[in-house]
Amino acid sequence: MDLFGDPAQWLPFTFAGLMGLSILIYVILDGYDLGVGVLFPFADDAEKDRMIASIGPFWDANETWLVLAVGLLLVAFPTAHGEILTALYLPVAIMLIGLIMRGVAFEFRAKAPAPYKPLWNNVFFTGSLMTSLAQGFMLGMYVMGLDYTWGHFAFALLTAVFLTVGYSFIGATWVIYKTDEHLQRKAISWAKGGIWGLVLGISAISIATPFVSPRIFDKWFDFPQILWLAPLPIVSGILVLSLWSMLRRMPFTNDRMSWLPFATASALWTLAYGGMAYSFYPYVVPDKLTIYESASAPESLWIILLGTCIVLPTIAAYTFLAYYIFRGKATELRYD
Amino acid sequence: METLLLSRIQFAANISFHILFPTITIALGWVLLYFRLRYNRSGEARWMEAYSFWVKVFALSFAMGVVSGITMSFQFGTNWPGFMEIVGNIAGPLLAYEVMTAFFLEAVFLGIMLFGFSRVPRWLHTTATALVAFGTTMSTFWIIVLNSWMHTPQGFEMIDGVAHATDWWAIIFNPSMPYRFFHMMLASFLTVSFLIAGVSAFRWLIGGRTQGVRAALTTAIWAAALLIPVQIFVGDMHGLNTKEYQPAKVAAMEGVWETERGAPLLLFALPDDAARENHYELGIPGLASFILTHEWDGEIKGLNEFMAEDGTPLHPRVAPVFWSFRVMVGTGVLMLLISWASVAMMLRKRRDGEGRRGVEGLPKIWLIGLVGMTFSGWLATLAGWYTTEIGRQPWLVQGVMTTKEAVADVPAPMVLSTLIAYLVVYAILLGAYITVIFYLARKASRGEPLPNPRRAGEATAQTVPAE
Repeated sequence: MDLFGDPAQWLPFTFAGLMGLSILIYVILDGYDLGVGVLFPFADDAEKDRMIASIGPFWDANETWLVLAVGLLLVAFPTAHGEILTALYLPVAIMLIGLIMRGVAFEFRAKAPAPYKPLWNNVFFTGSLMTSLAQGFMLGMYVMGLDYTWGHFAFALLTAVFLTVGYSFIGATWVIYKTDEHLQRKAISWAKGGIWGLVLGISAISIATPFVSPRIFDKWFDFPQILWLAPLPIVSGILVLSLWSMLRRMPFTNDRMSWLPFATASALWTLAYGGMAYSFYPYVVPDKLTIYESASAPESLWIILLGTCIVLPTIAAYTFLAYYIFRGKATELRYD
Repeated sequence: METLLLSRIQFAANISFHILFPTITIALGWVLLYFRLRYNRSGEARWMEAYSFWVKVFALSFAMGVVSGITMSFQFGTNWPGFMEIVGNIAGPLLAYEVMTAFFLEAVFLGIMLFGFSRVPRWLHTTATALVAFGTTMSTFWIIVLNSWMHTPQGFEMIDGVAHATDWWAIIFNPSMPYRFFHMMLASFLTVSFLIAGVSAFRWLIGGRTQGVRAALTTAIWAAALLIPVQIFVGDMHGLNTKEYQPAKVAAMEGVWETERGAPLLLFALPDDAARENHYELGIPGLASFILTHEWDGEIKGLNEFMAEDGTPLHPRVAPVFWSFRVMVGTGVLMLLISWASVAMMLRKRRDGEGRRGVEGLPKIWLIGLVGMTFSGWLATLAGWYTTEIGRQPWLVQGVMTTKEAVADVPAPMVLSTLIAYLVVYAILLGAYITVIFYLARKASRGEPLPNPRRAGEATAQTVPAE
């Protein structure tokens, strides 16, 4: 049991890592399909069908990462789960109702009688928007230490807008990858219009985070840590600039590198997320509860870890399989 | 109203809405696999016709199940933080296994099952169907393990007020788990049987008399007729198990206030929790004792035995348990009568003496009755769950923690507002779900192609050659 040192130390750390990874995968994967929903009003009916087709085979599994992330929070850090979710009671409820609306609209828009299709399209958009806004709001409140004041509330409203625009950006890069011709060109202009949300969102959180918590301030600006951290904003800046120049010149001939904006956007998300994870560690409830204080008993974490070691590679393998099978461009609706 | 009651109503609303859809997908997955295998073996178009209609109902139900299931995983934190604080060490791993083994298996292979038909080889599509069915069953298994553990907890010790696991084998195979698991699996199969029978009867009535409808209807009626006696037997076993471990629940189910021998089976009564007695009792003498102890003068413990010293009851409110139990049993008996009578009519010889009458043996009025029974499985399943869950109160984990200890300190108006929002959304969605199923049935009966954009959407420039 003590193979790697004290299990009360490394088990919580491992689970924090796994949970963090699930959240990261979630915000990238469900980020793009939520973004596609947010972009719905800008598309005509045929384009809507095609956009749905581009996310159809994946959204179920994408959303499951949220269940895994919350599940890991629930099972590995039960007290933190209670504290965070009771503090975020209303935005969680709004997000859940949003997720319900968009999830079922997926099915209903295709199966309900034709006159109701626009209605379900609206439900899909509204649900995606509610979910994105609620998640952005929760992100802002979390950065502010889950502490309700008017200032924090205003900040959270800002991050709600930024995250939503950020999702629509990554959604647009997905559409660039999965479609071609007119819709693809449209998606390129969406992406150009949405990149500011991403930049402002990342900046706002980066600027606010150290000022909310003196602990994080020290962690960032003390020598020599600042040297370790410095590449993060620099690389992010380079990525943003290359995204911008790439989008201005797209589409390339023969649809070359249509996957690149999505991949670059994912890398940018990952960097921003890594910065946040670095700042908040070892706290799971900001400046209140560390992962070590809120972790479940080691013997329970062991049991979960055992399953995780078998299941995660399997999940990764068949996620890969699914993306491979449904690779390539999504075409318009076709009855067969 | 107070936060505790509102939170309970909210949880009940969420989980009641949620369970409707897994109840369908658990068994429908296996039924689809059956259709698919029959088609693989015989190559007959009717099995594929049945498959492609019901896979759409499956997709719709699955989506409803996924989104309402996500809600459930948040409810623990938002409304019941105390639950994970006290028994998180046990509930945690079980929930984790549910998510890991099952949810992903279903969600990922579902994509292949729904839209992979034309782009993956036949064996892979069949395998995907099988894995989705297996995944839903594993989901059921882990959730039932946790739920059963809450009814009959064992394999743990309390250290500083927090449960710590000592024996996982004992936790997983706790005394009520096998009964509850098989009871739920059979409930799911019966729900699906009556759903398929009802919708197929509807299609038959409005003129969609295809071979596929005939195959689905016949399969469903036979499945119902064969499974309902098994379910009644398993239910009886489950009752005996409950009597041993949760006698207060059984007392509430039977409406027995004072411990008595030769207790009657009450067909009707109005249990009065304030006066602690029943009004207008109508019962069959000795039968409750006979069913529960298999002896005519067997003893059944009464509710009055489950009182704290200070007079607070340590048993659930009687009326809801008493009545939901009767609704469940009543629906089950109706299922037995209808499915057996249907089989008898289908087995009658044709007038010309050539073979059996099959679906043509069912009179029109009888088919209308089957349509009426379409969602009878939901009714019985919900009533059964209400019986067992309300029957556990005031305990959340029997003998370990009460429901009151787990509830979050969220202001009541906040809980009320979200509760109303959930109820509105659920009511609309349930209406839309039922409407769309019958709309699809009407559309299929007119011979129009069914929309399946998700399957069409998968087709790309570089389609993998199928089979």
